[in-house]
Formats: sequence, structure tokens, C-alpha cells
Amino acid sequence: MRNPQLNKHGELQHLLTLDGLPREVIVSILDHAAPFTEVAEREVKKLPLLRGKSIFNLFFENSTRTRTTFEIAAKRLSADVVNLNVSTSSTAKGESLLDTVDNLCAMQADMFVVRHAASGAPVLIAQHLQATGRDHIHVINAGDGRHAHPTQGLLDMYTIRHYKRDFTHLTVAIIGDVLHSRVARSQIAALTALGVPELRIIGPRTLLPDGIEKLGARIFHDMREGLRGADVVMMLRLQNERMSGALLPTPQEYFKVWGLTAEKLALAKPDAIVMHPGPLNRGVEIDSAVADGAQAVILPQVTFGIAVRMAVMSMLAGQ
Amino acid sequence: MQFPDAETLCQQLAEQIRPNLQPNTVLIGIRTGGEWLARRLHALLGLNGAPGAIDISFYRDDYGARGLRGPSLRADIPFSIEDAAVILVDDVLYTGRTTRAALNEIFDFGRPASVELAVLVDRGGRELPIAARYCAHTLPEALPAAQNLQLERTNAGVLTLRLIDA
Amino acid sequence: MKIRIANGRVIDPARQTDRVQDVFIAEGKIAALGEAPAGFAAERTLEARGLIVAPGLIDLAARLREPGFEYRATLESEMEAAMAGGVTSVAIPPDTDPVLDEPGLVEMLCYRAKKLNRAHIYPIGALTIALGGERLSEMAELVEAGCVAFSQANVPIVDNMVLMRAMQYAATFEFRVWLQPIAPFLARNGFTHDGEVANRLGLPGIPVAAETVAIFTYLQLARATGARLHITRLSSAEGLALIEQARAEGMDVTCDISINHLHLCDRDIGYFNTHCHLVPPLRDQDDRDALARGLAEGRINALCSDHTPVDDDSKLKPFSESEAGATGLELLLPLTLKWAEESGLPLSSALARVTSEAARLIGITKAGHLAPGARADICVFDPAARTAITRDKLKSQGKNTPFLGLELPGKVRYTLVEGQLMFEG
Repeated sequence: MRNPQLNKHGELQHLLTLDGLPREVIVSILDHAAPFTEVAEREVKKLPLLRGKSIFNLFFENSTRTRTTFEIAAKRLSADVVNLNVSTSSTAKGESLLDTVDNLCAMQADMFVVRHAASGAPVLIAQHLQATGRDHIHVINAGDGRHAHPTQGLLDMYTIRHYKRDFTHLTVAIIGDVLHSRVARSQIAALTALGVPELRIIGPRTLLPDGIEKLGARIFHDMREGLRGADVVMMLRLQNERMSGALLPTPQEYFKVWGLTAEKLALAKPDAIVMHPGPLNRGVEIDSAVADGAQAVILPQVTFGIAVRMAVMSMLAGQ
Repeated sequence: MQFPDAETLCQQLAEQIRPNLQPNTVLIGIRTGGEWLARRLHALLGLNGAPGAIDISFYRDDYGARGLRGPSLRADIPFSIEDAAVILVDDVLYTGRTTRAALNEIFDFGRPASVELAVLVDRGGRELPIAARYCAHTLPEALPAAQNLQLERTNAGVLTLRLIDA
Repeated sequence: MKIRIANGRVIDPARQTDRVQDVFIAEGKIAALGEAPAGFAAERTLEARGLIVAPGLIDLAARLREPGFEYRATLESEMEAAMAGGVTSVAIPPDTDPVLDEPGLVEMLCYRAKKLNRAHIYPIGALTIALGGERLSEMAELVEAGCVAFSQANVPIVDNMVLMRAMQYAATFEFRVWLQPIAPFLARNGFTHDGEVANRLGLPGIPVAAETVAIFTYLQLARATGARLHITRLSSAEGLALIEQARAEGMDVTCDISINHLHLCDRDIGYFNTHCHLVPPLRDQDDRDALARGLAEGRINALCSDHTPVDDDSKLKPFSESEAGATGLELLLPLTLKWAEESGLPLSSALARVTSEAARLIGITKAGHLAPGARADICVFDPAARTAITRDKLKSQGKNTPFLGLELPGKVRYTLVEGQLMFEG
């Protein structure tokens, strides 16, 4: 059972998940990303690294925001970018996932950026490429089901490192719907690999998977207790469809108990940073005063996200 | 092979440049040897501000074959390139590919009035139509490709040239 | 044809015999063991020195995919697989298309199988029409057509009143009711055991409670109705404990597990291996170990293949979109032997789970053992040989099994059905 994101030399061939990725690899990606942040400040915001490469943004699930950040990253590396909103095209006509991939391979794709509603879909594509001997094509997971969102996890790590330098003395709290969150899974994997000594998960039992503590976290149901002394506060997005029903009674009650307000944030360290993967549900998981406040680093996250995606793309393509 | 003393060459290079200095002259060193040299020249020529430094890894023409080797450093150009008289500084001029990459990178920061090249040693073996306007030492015979000539800096900050079998 | 199987090690789990002797077959039946009957002249002698002669295997669950899913498998292809696997009798779950809720359909299936003249089939009728969980099927007529029990396959009845009525009706005739323990709402939208692996892979989980709640419900309804209950394909230690508790209270309830759940656990899913997408889901290591112990100690009555051939396209999908199931007819014997090897169980006890005990659950009396007069359904295999499980070698049209690429013990040399040599390997 070969790790599907490594090639036969053990190098990173695809980026599918942060789970199981060694610390050195994560650090190396963050190191590679640093110089790319400067490119955005230049007159010509473009590097020739991926000139002549074709990158297909294969989005089986709509996400304009994520797709755009990948698109900008690819274009800043001079790649040719093709956006395919597959949810509205071929699969609607009954074409299978792998048929779609085969077709795009025939169009000389060099890299796929894949977003899919089913956990493991990008892994399946990577396994298929390997089984059919197309080792030169790379796959980047742009979010699959509840499984992983590795570039989001990496940009979060980049942001934390930017503000806090070292991971090995931090108390990090992740708050919200961990059960359904691919972002949380990638964050937990990366924070654990980077040696965060105190990782806290905060939320109602209905939104925390059973046995999450086995991933190396401490569970809190009381937000105030969980926030006490935290250096980093990472909010998760609550999907609309989960706000009222069997998981949660109402968004109002959720906000009251687990929403981040200035009053609750005051329990964290004074220099704690507040993160959110976006898009924000103001008044549900986070209060506007906090989202727009001095401790929020939500917009820098977006900026760093482009540099991190440039780093991942150029590292994979240069493998 | 015996090489001239790098410190002496550095002085000579500064003297070559001095008569041609203009009010808008700026130095940009190519990391890492060229950056050390640019700082040295900057001081010797008594220029204002700080010299710039670039890392050409993102502009290499062999990226497709060799990929990124280790993280690069961010470009550090603390002045406007626009209409500047740029002197690009490198330690050793060889195939000319590094200079080509550096030119591309510089132009991504703006449109300079002119770009000139200053190097400590020209080791021959050019593969592109590139020449240095300022050059402290030209080897009488091109070095074989198997050998690598590079600038080193001791802990005390003294520059030396070293020949390594690649 | 008169056949003599010579010099084999004859294991008959039903009578707990295990010795080297000859087996004499005449007129489709076992004529004698050891000494030839008077005047017996073998027309053919099968040399079985170093081989094991056992009753043909009886598989409690094999989907042959007819009618309705011929693109996945056909009676022809799966009967060949059965013969290659030494399986001479198979019980067929009702989830065909249309489902086995019509006496005519069952008769047709039996007729087709008989014409093919391979393994004997024992259809399990649908408990409710179209497995819809609303209207009872014509159970009496279905039994007349050949059904040996009634089940809902993997489609649980949502309305417990309907389930209770169905069990009552079946109890009227003392028909067997085989139920897969799935609590419909708890299992809904899940694809794998709700545990560490599901968590890591972000796959929606099915809690163990989906099994225990169903078992508890079935046990209570069986108590209330007097139905003859058999619980199929257990997956959890807690589920087994509930059944044992009921037995301790005097209830007669039986259960089985599949070869997959005997050998695998959720970790085997690895990186989304869809061959491990099964119903019920593979649970954790402790569950697997408890099931293996339960089977060894006879607390789990039988082992079956839960043979479910699936076409490649339906497996080459993201895990949650892929079709559940694994092919198994040809793996039943090797995986029984592997289990015996690993647990140190005597071969006779291990084979009982796929022969005599399975026969008892279906109600077969004339097969599943080697007593003189029994139907000569026999499997002769080489216990020392090892077989690599590869796509090419599988006769089943379904190449979907988590065991692909593994080398397993045992190789079938002869399969006889009613005294006819049907397979020679």
C-alpha cells in the first residue's frame, strides 16, 4: 500500500493530504512560499517557473474563491490555466470522474487542481494516473469531502509562523464543526506534525467526531475554558445546512455558546491571532467586531494563500 | 591554477566603475557571491542607501529539468528600478545564463534606464551573447566545465576565490 | 458413474472424523467409506494422496447477480466460480432485480440453475414485496417454489410494525427469517465504521449502534413473535455479545459472518481502497478479533463468502460513490484455511463452519456431510498448495476483492456435485 502522494523515490508527486506528511516536508513548503509573497509587490507579478505548463482547475463542487486563488497562483507562475466547472458540464451528462480525467490528460494536462464533494476523489485520480503510467502529471487536492484541504492547512501554518515564529510553545484552539471539516483535518495534521504542544478542539459533541482525541487534541465543550491562554484561535465555517436540525438547534444558540466575541477572545493571550478559512458567517461563528478587529489575520491568510499555492505548484512541477 | 587575490580584484573593479558613475547608478548583486561583492563595491564607491540583491532561482532556464533546489531568498531591491542606471554584479561570468535570468528578473521590477554587468572574473565558456562592461580579471584560457570557480567569504569577511572539481 | 476417491484424508466435520480412507460414489450418492461395497467397480479413480476430501462447501450468501445485474455477473460465470472454489451449494439473497418476491421468478431461477447443473441453489425469498418494507411477500408460495428462508438482504424494514408482522407470519409456518442488522437511520449516509479510520479519511461513519440497535430490535421481536431468527453478517463485538446474552436467556438464535469481516478491519481501507467498501462496514481490530474468536468457539455458527461481484467501473469511484461488496466464492475455502492456520484450529472444526453448520442453518440434511447415502457433493483440495489471488485466475466475473495480490493456502483439485466431477484443478 504505497502512499499515493509520493513517487517511487519517496518525493512529493501530488499534494493530497497533510496527514502523514513529515515535518520537514511541511517546513520546506513553508520555506519555499516565503519568497513568493514578495512577487505580489512587484510591477510584474509573474514568474516564469511554470511557463508552458497547463493546469486544469477541476472543480466538481463550486467554489469561486478557492478556484480563484489557485488560478492567480498558477498565472503568477506563468502557467496556462483552464477552469472546468465540472459540476455543470460532463458529469451531469453521466461521464465518470476518471473518464473526465482521461480526456483532460489527452489535452496534455500537466497538473490537476481538484475540488470534489466526495472524500478521496483526488486520491483516486492520483492512483489512476499512477496505474496508467502517467507519472508526469501532478494532482493538488483543493478540498475533497470531509477528508482534506491541504493548501488551506499549509497557508494557515504559514500565517501562524509569520505571526508566532515557532510552533513548539503554542496553544492553538480550533473551534466549530470539526466533524464535517476537511480544513480542520488538515490543520490538525499539520499542527501535530509541527510540534504544537497544546492543541484544543472546541465545539458541541454533535460536531466533534468520536475519537478525535486520538489525533492528538484535547477536547473542550466550554468555549471560555478552551480559549483561556490560547496563542492562536482558528475558527471553522459552519455550513448553512447544519445550522438548524439534528446537529444544532439554531444559529443563534450556536453563536451564543460557540461564537467568537470580543468578550470571549479576551480570555486568550492578549497577542492571540484570530484565523478563519472564509467565507465568514458573521454573527454565527464570529462577531463582526472580532472579524474586523486588530487580532484578526483573516485577510493576510488569503494573501499568504496565494504564495503557498505558488510554492506547492512549483515544487510539484519541479519534482 | 593560481588566482589573483579576490580582495585586490575587488578594488580594481571599483576603480573601473568609478569614472562611469551617474547620479542614478544603483548596484544589484546576484546571490550569493554577487551580493557580497555588490555590498563591497557599494562601500568602496561611497554610494548612498543600500545595494539590491536578487535570487535568480525562479528564473533559471533549467528549472524544468532540475526543479527548485532548496528554498530561495526573496528579492531585496530597496529602490525603484524605474529609470535607474543598474549595474548588475556577479562574482564569476561563465555561460551567461545567470545574467540572462537576472536581466529577466530585473525587468519584472520595472524599466531601468540601462543595465551594465560587472564581474570579478570572466572564466570563459559563454553560451549566450553576453559580455561584462567591467571585469577585474579574465582567465587566459577558459576553465573546463568540470571545474567550478566560486567566491567565498571567510568568517572575518575576507573574500577569496576557490576552484572546486564539480 | 461410479467413482473412487483413493487415499485421501477424509474430513467429515459433521461426524468429526478425520482419517485417510477411500470414498466410493455411486448414483450421485456416497456409497461407502473405507471398504468398497460389494461388487463396486470404479469407472474412474481420483487419486487423492496428500489431499483432503471434504464435503462440498455450503455458502450462506452468494449473489449470482441474476436476474437484473447480468453486466456484473451471470449464473454461468458465478457457477464456474463456485465450482473452482469447491462450493457445491449456495444460498442466494433476494436482492436481484426484480427481487425474489415472486414464486415464478424463484422457479425460473431454480430451473436455470438446474439446467446449468453446477452448484445447488437455495434461494432466500424477500420478506416484503420488492424489499420495500411495506407488504408481505407470498411466503408459503415462495417456499413451495424453492425458498429456504426469508430476508431483506441489506435493505432494512423501517417500520417495526411491518417487521413484527412479517416475523409473525413467517413464524406461522416456522419459516426461517434471516436479518441483516442495520438500523436504517443510524446507518444512513454512512460508508465505513465510525472510528479512527473514518475520522482520518473524512468518510461519513456508521456507528456500531446501527448494528446493536437493530440486533436488539430483532431479538425482542423474535421473542414476541416466536420467529426463527438468524442474524446475518455480524460486524461488531458488541453485536455478538447481544446475541450471546439472548442465548444465555434461552433464546435460539444463530448468526454468521463473512470472510471479509473474519480477516479484515477498517485499517485495511488504507488510502480509500474501494474493495474494502462493504456492507456491513469493516470495523476495528478488536471487533475483528472478537468475531474470529466467536467463530472458532462456535458462538458464531457459520462463515460465508457474502459473494457480491461488482463491475470495475462501479469500484473505480470515490469511496462514498462506489458500490459496496466483494467477490468471494473462490475465496471461501482459502480464507477458511488461512483462518484455521492462524488460529491453530483443527481443520475439521474450521471446515464445519462452511459445511455442516451452514447446512444446518439452511435446513439441508442430505449434504454438508459425508455419511453413506449423502448427496455426493465433495471438495477435494490440496492444503499444502498456495494460490495467488489475481484478476486473471478468478473465474467470477467480479474481480473485486480486498485480497487481490495475496497468496492464500489451499487449492481445489476436484469438485464433485451429485457424484459428477464438475471441476478439476
